Amino acid sequence: MFKDLFQKKRKYATIPSERLGTAGQPQEGERPKREIPEGLMNKCAKCGTIQYSKELEKNLKVCQECGHHMRLNAVERIAMTLDETGFEEFDAEMISVDPLKFPGYAAKLEQQKMKSGLHDAVITGQGSILGQPVVVAVMSFDFFTGSMGSVVGEKITRAIEFATDKRLPLIIFSTSGGARMQESILSLMQMAKTSAALSRFNELGGLYISVITDPTTGGVSASFATLGDINIAEPGAVFGFAGRIVIEQTIRQKLPDDFQTAEFNLAHGQLDMVIHRKDMRSMLGKLLEMHTVKGGF
Amino acid sequence: MSGELPFEMPLAEMRKKIDELKQFGQEKGIDFTDEIARLEERYSRLEEEIYSSISPSQKMHLARHQQRPTSLDLIQLIFTDFIELHGDRLYGDDLAIVGGLAKLDGVPVTVVGQQRGKDTKDNIARFFGSPHPEGFRKALRLMQQANKFKRPIITFIDTKGAYPGNTAEERGQSEAIARNLREMSSLGVPVVCVVIGEGGSGGALAMAVGNRVLMLEHAIYSAISPNGAASILWKDASKADQAAEAMKITAKDLLEMEVIEEIIPEPKGGAHRNYEETAAAIRSALISQLKELSVMDACELKEDRYRKFRKIGEFDFAKAEPEDVIL
Repeated sequence: MFKDLFQKKRKYATIPSERLGTAGQPQEGERPKREIPEGLMNKCAKCGTIQYSKELEKNLKVCQECGHHMRLNAVERIAMTLDETGFEEFDAEMISVDPLKFPGYAAKLEQQKMKSGLHDAVITGQGSILGQPVVVAVMSFDFFTGSMGSVVGEKITRAIEFATDKRLPLIIFSTSGGARMQESILSLMQMAKTSAALSRFNELGGLYISVITDPTTGGVSASFATLGDINIAEPGAVFGFAGRIVIEQTIRQKLPDDFQTAEFNLAHGQLDMVIHRKDMRSMLGKLLEMHTVKGGF
Repeated sequence: MSGELPFEMPLAEMRKKIDELKQFGQEKGIDFTDEIARLEERYSRLEEEIYSSISPSQKMHLARHQQRPTSLDLIQLIFTDFIELHGDRLYGDDLAIVGGLAKLDGVPVTVVGQQRGKDTKDNIARFFGSPHPEGFRKALRLMQQANKFKRPIITFIDTKGAYPGNTAEERGQSEAIARNLREMSSLGVPVVCVVIGEGGSGGALAMAVGNRVLMLEHAIYSAISPNGAASILWKDASKADQAAEAMKITAKDLLEMEVIEEIIPEPKGGAHRNYEETAAAIRSALISQLKELSVMDACELKEDRYRKFRKIGEFDFAKAEPEDVIL
């Protein structure tokens, strides 16, 4: 049954490079109008330091000056975290529909596809980290603020079911603004669907590592993102249920700057650890390894 | 009548006129019997017209009606021998959620519900029915207790959403909701959930992972409150009515989308017009649903619940891209 669901792809590289967010680069047959091509330099949103994009890429998109972890899309995240070869994407062609005929949704979906080069807010598949097989789901904030509609819920559920079936460990990299309200109740139900799939995975002894990246809020934070056996976040990542503005309106007080950051959540017992991006791959590798070695005593 | 909503005002005005005419006739000793009968007939027609075409935004106002029966009102009328149990054993006792043991038609059950306040003071104590993590954890504790003692679980959903405050965040609001979703899906007893008022977002869902989810006729259920959606979409929370129309939040919409299994009829004009009638309708729906579920064993109940949520969602597949076709 699963063979039908997950058509095998040759390699991860099936996603054309022009979809990888290189919109700023000059297109063929079109001369760059400016002397400094767009995208050559990058300004850190946190400290304002300007640095070469190439240098920034080398530094895994972490600001050299202040350590700010800039947002990655799913393609970048997979390239950075998984072993170079052997990634097989699941359900690459799955796309959102407009079940509620919600005003403006269909047009917005098209616009988001153009903007991000992605089909929807999550890429799922299987691959390996430091040689250890793993099923992953990787979300992208740059597609519709990573909101969870039917496609995100379905792809993640299928990935969990695949991991359950094959007895493989699971890692989900979350980033999301919450439920996709244009799918209203259907998007809300994805929280129950993914959590129920995790329940089965959990009961059969599967290892699930949740990696929380900036920002992870709302329906994603209140479902699979917090259900890891081990919950890890990147430094500074905003992680919480309700948005800061909504909370400030409720309590009529200004919240401290570090409210809902990874460090705040670590201090409040909601996370196991906060891990720098450069150490993420090795930490995940270690954790996976810890769960494969059996016996001895 | 009292507590009329704007769309009911024509009815209220006509009722007032009829009453005035009656009084005038009595005082002056004039016989208005024919006129009154005619007016009563017109009143019935208007009533039929207004209540047979209640719009989603009007339902939203009915669902939030201050006089609408709360979980505790309904628990007292539907069950016997209700014994309230308190606390999550971890932090505190959240009054936005009530729960305990009760008998339904003589059978012991666990009942848990979200509880709005009846007045301002009560509302403050109950955070206007918006639970903190300790509320969800209390609900889960009671549901797991029911699982241990093999009692069916009934939940009542009536919340604008989980409490959006810093204290709730600090204590793991996300974790509390997520854990409930996961653990409710693995309960080995029948779980029947009834949305009695407003089913708002994750806070509602955290107690609504049931084998059967029912809704009162004028209840609403959505991923985000219409006010929240309006403020995000149009930067204007006052456009909630407009958002309510677009969001498919009514019981009828959700039945069509197969998110719920049954609509429980309300008295004419809404549940607040007649608590007893509302409670009786819920009671008979609960009994018939639980009878249907009683033939399933623990595994089948879990499987049934899994399937219910597993199938929800609509999507499509893009046409294969040219490079894929060539290969």
